[in-house]
Amino acid sequence: MSGPVTILIDGVEVSARPGQTILDAADEAGIYIPRLCHLPGLAPFGSCRVCTVTANGRPCASCTTPVTPGMIVENDTERLREMRRQIVEMLFSEGNHFCMFCEKSGNCELQAMAYRLGIPASRYPGIWPVRDVDSTHPDILIDRNRCILCGRCVRASRDVDGKQVFGFVGRGHGKRIAVLGDARLRDSGVDVTDAAIDVCPVGAILRKGTAFRVPIGQRRFDKEPIGADIEARKEKP
Amino acid sequence: MITKNGYRRIVIEPVTRVEGHGKVTILLDEAGKVARARLHIVEFRGFERFIEGRPFWEMPVAVQRLCGICPVSHHLCAAKAVDRIVGGEKLTPTAEKVRRLMHYGQFLQSHALHFFHLCSPDLLFGFDSDVANRNVLGVAARYPELAKKGILLRKYGQEVIRVTAGKRIHGTGAIPGGVNKNVNAAEREYLKKDIDQILAWSEESLAIAKQYTVDHLAEIAEFGSFPSNHLAVVRADGAMDLYDGGLRAVDAEGSVIFDHFDDQRYYEAIGEEVRDWSYMKFPFIRSLGMEHGWYRVGPLARVNACDFIDTPKAEAARKEFKGLAGGKPVNVTMAYHWARMIELVHAAEKIALLLDDPDIGGTELLASGRRRREGVGVLEAPRGTLFHHYRVDENDQIAMANLIVSTTSNNEPMNRAVEKVAKDHLSGVEITEGLLNHVEVAIRAYDPCLSCATHALGRMPLVVEVVDAAGCVVDRKARD
Repeated sequence: MSGPVTILIDGVEVSARPGQTILDAADEAGIYIPRLCHLPGLAPFGSCRVCTVTANGRPCASCTTPVTPGMIVENDTERLREMRRQIVEMLFSEGNHFCMFCEKSGNCELQAMAYRLGIPASRYPGIWPVRDVDSTHPDILIDRNRCILCGRCVRASRDVDGKQVFGFVGRGHGKRIAVLGDARLRDSGVDVTDAAIDVCPVGAILRKGTAFRVPIGQRRFDKEPIGADIEARKEKP
Repeated sequence: MITKNGYRRIVIEPVTRVEGHGKVTILLDEAGKVARARLHIVEFRGFERFIEGRPFWEMPVAVQRLCGICPVSHHLCAAKAVDRIVGGEKLTPTAEKVRRLMHYGQFLQSHALHFFHLCSPDLLFGFDSDVANRNVLGVAARYPELAKKGILLRKYGQEVIRVTAGKRIHGTGAIPGGVNKNVNAAEREYLKKDIDQILAWSEESLAIAKQYTVDHLAEIAEFGSFPSNHLAVVRADGAMDLYDGGLRAVDAEGSVIFDHFDDQRYYEAIGEEVRDWSYMKFPFIRSLGMEHGWYRVGPLARVNACDFIDTPKAEAARKEFKGLAGGKPVNVTMAYHWARMIELVHAAEKIALLLDDPDIGGTELLASGRRRREGVGVLEAPRGTLFHHYRVDENDQIAMANLIVSTTSNNEPMNRAVEKVAKDHLSGVEITEGLLNHVEVAIRAYDPCLSCATHALGRMPLVVEVVDAAGCVVDRKARD
């Protein structure tokens, strides 16, 4: 096992372990790289591309790219910020995202990301797809209108719960989260205590009986912007 | 301009200084006499359909988006309906009082908005005064103190809503079976520090509305007026209750048509008729039939229908108001303004009482019980009785929704007022902008929320077109 390597993120020297991803090294150093599909504890997936940085000049997903000694990483540049804004705006246009009456509002990572990136509205026209709601389970609900296909529930159900309740079916615009292929939630064996229920970054997988329980002002992102918890790790000079 | 087809058609579109979009059409015969006048609601919203399939607990937050002026009405009315679905309709004292506080805050802001921002130009300057000044900016220039009080009254109501619902507009305070927050000590003190001033300004507003009515009684007694039935929610003891109670309908003479009618069975008492020229339905009292069963709602109907008001200043004002008709219901359309300001005082008095009530700081926020598949919520919104009715399927998704919005109940009365004013004031004379404003003044008395829309405040352009019977525009005047 070789010793730590040093990389440069936006000109700041960051110490990383060999094999560690750029995103994990940045997290430990208190540098926030925006991301939606990545979640500590779940295998890196690289699907949303919001965490794209340049490593030695080449764009790559920082959540899946391992560090190399002396790697030069660009993260917080206008070009990358603009690219991230475009990705997030496309996610808004692709689904049916009505923050104004969504129970995840204030706790939603997609909404918080839009605020952090300074997106007042999507520049792209809405596709307004017809998607369904599976509310057959007594305690859990899937609203596919809001799914951004991050795959967190897929990974959590498979790797943490050992169940494989959730999976992807379809291609392109038709791609969606399925329950045991084509089952309903009620028949899936999913349980309200499963890790897969708590990892959704948006309002697609919801626990019933919790909607709007937390008043405005006390919700997760009312208190601090997304990423502030990671930035708080930065060592004070 | 007379056309060979006989009728001239005058269109007021959109109607200004009301919430939402509507138009008025007036048909004139060859002699220039008004043959018919109608108020058309030209927007289609479709809420009842697109909430189908949504989880029921979204209703209080989703359906309030119907409106940006009094969303609290829809928020609380939907909450009352979904309370029934979770079996939590018997709220904890804290939940009921926090919701009531939110509701009275809304009455304060909505009534202040209507009286000062939308109607005071007509009342202070005259219906046909110079159109350049006949707006809220004209009021601010000529009566700056009055305009300031109006704005601050509304602001205070908005702050009450923010404290109880989390936001001034479109909050989340009411959830199925209760509320998501109480009013803590700091919030209570924050609201208490201004309430005496708010009470005093509310009384001043009431005095203005009363004085206007008394001083102008000769000219407004018949202005768009007619005998009508009145519908309102009343408490079990007959008191005015804006949040909860049974339905009471009285006729033009004050005789009871039905009383303490169970709101869960509202559809047995009230029917809805569809007519092909408006997107707004025409509700009616079933026992009287479609032709005679129409009724008025809102401040006039509430003050007429209740036996008393349970706050002293508003009650004293109610007695004085009822004196206008010798104790019988007041059927003067323009008296809506006086009745509205009585309610403004009532709301301020109620807020003052609730701010001294320890229950609003309680921690028991939620109630639940036996689940149901159906729930009705009925309350008094600033503009009148509001009905929300939902059915859910076995998966908690909305299977049926029916809303009777306050302004809908005033559809027939507003049409009658429009026709009466048009016939009384526009027949056989040269039509001027000031005369057309008379028609709008009658509509404004009802404080209609034509779309229950969020984007309607402000000064909208008025376009008057003269159209011949074949539909060709033969003359056009525009006010930008």
